[in-house]
Amino acid sequence: MKALVAVKRVIDYNVKPRLKSDGSGVDLTNVKMSINPFDEIAVEEAIRLKEAGKVSEVVLVSIGSSKSEETIRTGLAMGADRGILVNTGDPAIEPLAVAKILKSIAESEQVGIVIVGKQAIDDDCNQTGQMLSALLDWPQGTFASVVDIQSADKVLVTREIDGGLQTLELDLPAVVTTDLRLNEPRFASLPNIMKAKKKPVSKVSLADLGLPENFIEPRLIVQKTEAPEVRQAGVKVADAAELIDKLRNEAGVL
Amino acid sequence: MKALLIADHDNNHLSEQTAKALSAASQLGAVDVLIMGHDCTEVASQAACLSGVGRVLLAEHEALKHQLAEPCAEAILSIASEYQAIVSAASTTGKGVLPRIAAKLDVMQISEVIEILDEKTFKRPTYAGNAIQTVQSNDSIKVLTIRTANFATTENAPTSAEVVALDITLGQQRSVHISDKVSDSERPELQSAKVIVSGGRALGSQENFNATILPVADKLGAAVGASRAAVDSGFAPNDWQVGQTGKIVSPDLYVACGISGAIQHLAGMKDSKVIVAINNDEDAPIFQIADYRLEADLFEALPEITRLLS
Ligand SMILES: Cc1cc2nc3c(=O)[nH]c(=O)nc-3n(C[C@H](O)[C@H](O)[C@H](O)COP(=O)(O)OP(=O)(O)OC[C@H]3O[C@@H](n4cnc5c(N)ncnc54)[C@H](O)[C@@H]3O)c2cc1C
Ligand SMILES: Nc1ncnc2c1ncn2[C@@H]1O[C@H](COP(=O)(O)O)[C@@H](O)[C@H]1O
Repeated sequence: MKALVAVKRVIDYNVKPRLKSDGSGVDLTNVKMSINPFDEIAVEEAIRLKEAGKVSEVVLVSIGSSKSEETIRTGLAMGADRGILVNTGDPAIEPLAVAKILKSIAESEQVGIVIVGKQAIDDDCNQTGQMLSALLDWPQGTFASVVDIQSADKVLVTREIDGGLQTLELDLPAVVTTDLRLNEPRFASLPNIMKAKKKPVSKVSLADLGLPENFIEPRLIVQKTEAPEVRQAGVKVADAAELIDKLRNEAGVL
Repeated sequence: MKALLIADHDNNHLSEQTAKALSAASQLGAVDVLIMGHDCTEVASQAACLSGVGRVLLAEHEALKHQLAEPCAEAILSIASEYQAIVSAASTTGKGVLPRIAAKLDVMQISEVIEILDEKTFKRPTYAGNAIQTVQSNDSIKVLTIRTANFATTENAPTSAEVVALDITLGQQRSVHISDKVSDSERPELQSAKVIVSGGRALGSQENFNATILPVADKLGAAVGASRAAVDSGFAPNDWQVGQTGKIVSPDLYVACGISGAIQHLAGMKDSKVIVAINNDEDAPIFQIADYRLEADLFEALPEITRLLS
């Protein structure tokens, strides 16, 4: 069975975002961009499934500007087989539209499993995988820390939930979203980075997918983007005794 | 506007998260609460006591026992057309099910709402809380998850709301619940605790974590949190992780021990009322947001604090 993995190009997780002064959003000019960390975990999982003989091919898809090809190449260097770049230009694209595009590709590629990140670290939406699962009418295994394909039509997924861990058995095809503990992504070796340059990446437009241009128009109007209130650094205490005294008598929280 | 609030519960107890999400939903208009589960009439009675609840809708079904996303979405969609807003706490259950509702209704969900400005305008954090967006939704039905750390708990009402049993028919299920491994501890829940003591990578091992963090937490009647590094290294269970991609908390007192203060961790706790940081590196970023900084070796400071509190 084929695995489809969605990879999003986002601000690098080590970079502190800088806001534009006019309140129109985060300034991404000359900012280091990387693959969304949860998507790197998704790519790693798909490759491991292929190495274990459970998956035949790992196909990556990224939706965004032409620069998202770099993100696809990152995953190809890790070991994925090929990529699909859906070029929608620069504007940010919402999870609902991403899910519709992924649905179209999952169907035309006839994949057996879709793996996406649980959350993109820029919009922090945590929606796309669940939306895709609903649109396809496939089962969902969100926030996965274990993905164990049992047979051509069953997968066991262990999920990180508020109270601990939960294991589900899903019929395949299914949609899985990755959590942090699923695996530790490998580093791409230099030879593999070179090899990845030659792997196929097909570039498609919405029209190629038979989708109308207007459905990527945002549903949410972002009126403004502002910085959160900043906390001021407080006081230094000398030792445990002073700390307890301050918490009791100054802050009143003990 | 009529809002439907999806309750979080374990078939016995209504989660405090729901009482917080209710104060958000009440700002939109009249609120009905939907309880989906199995043998959970007790939860319905608890919800009926909360102030501001119009009706409690009780959907009991074998297939809803573990509140899996697919059957829950089916149940919600069967009554969604009566409402202009579908609301839930941003719990793992709410985050699992609400995007399905949004997709089926062809609307954009608004995740992790921290403030409701009016019926269609909301504030939500993005970029690990570093950029707060004000977004307007013109969709005919609003689908919202609520960041409960930003809303107060609803108090109990003098009279109980009416409980209405729903007759739910569900299709063939393709997700089957196998098992749960829930940490049932005597400690307060992270998201409702008044005090949280959190440990980071510096703890070095699960034994150290338990021997150093837990006694202080016990003395303070606190919940226990952890950084991602501590969870990844196996010092603490996954459900203790605080941060951008873990739990978002805002206790009266948060004590961060041996945690450097990466933006992903700060995203989960910087709205705490009072923050204490204990770290042996004077340049640790956590000190920039801490109200009280103790520059010390935590293996000396924490036992000392435990002793002084005895
Ligand atoms: C996609 C993504 C999501 C993430 N989500 C989260 C999240 O939700 N929550 C989260 O916490 N992190 C998250 N992270 C990880 C985050 O970036 C940091 O790596 C993590 O928070 C670091 O944990 P730490 O502070 O325990 O470890 P470190 O950064 O290693 O800090 C350890 C600290 O302990 C101090 N120390 C060492 N020894 C002692 C001692 N004896 N006494 C006192 N102090 C001592 C050191 O000075 C240091 O400051 C995420 C990362 C990514 C990429
Ligand atoms: N533009 C995109 N291109 C590719 N994948 C995406 C895109 N947006 C979201 N995704 C996938 O959906 C996941 C969740 O994103 P979100 O719902 O925005 O938090 C991400 O981790 C990706 O796997």
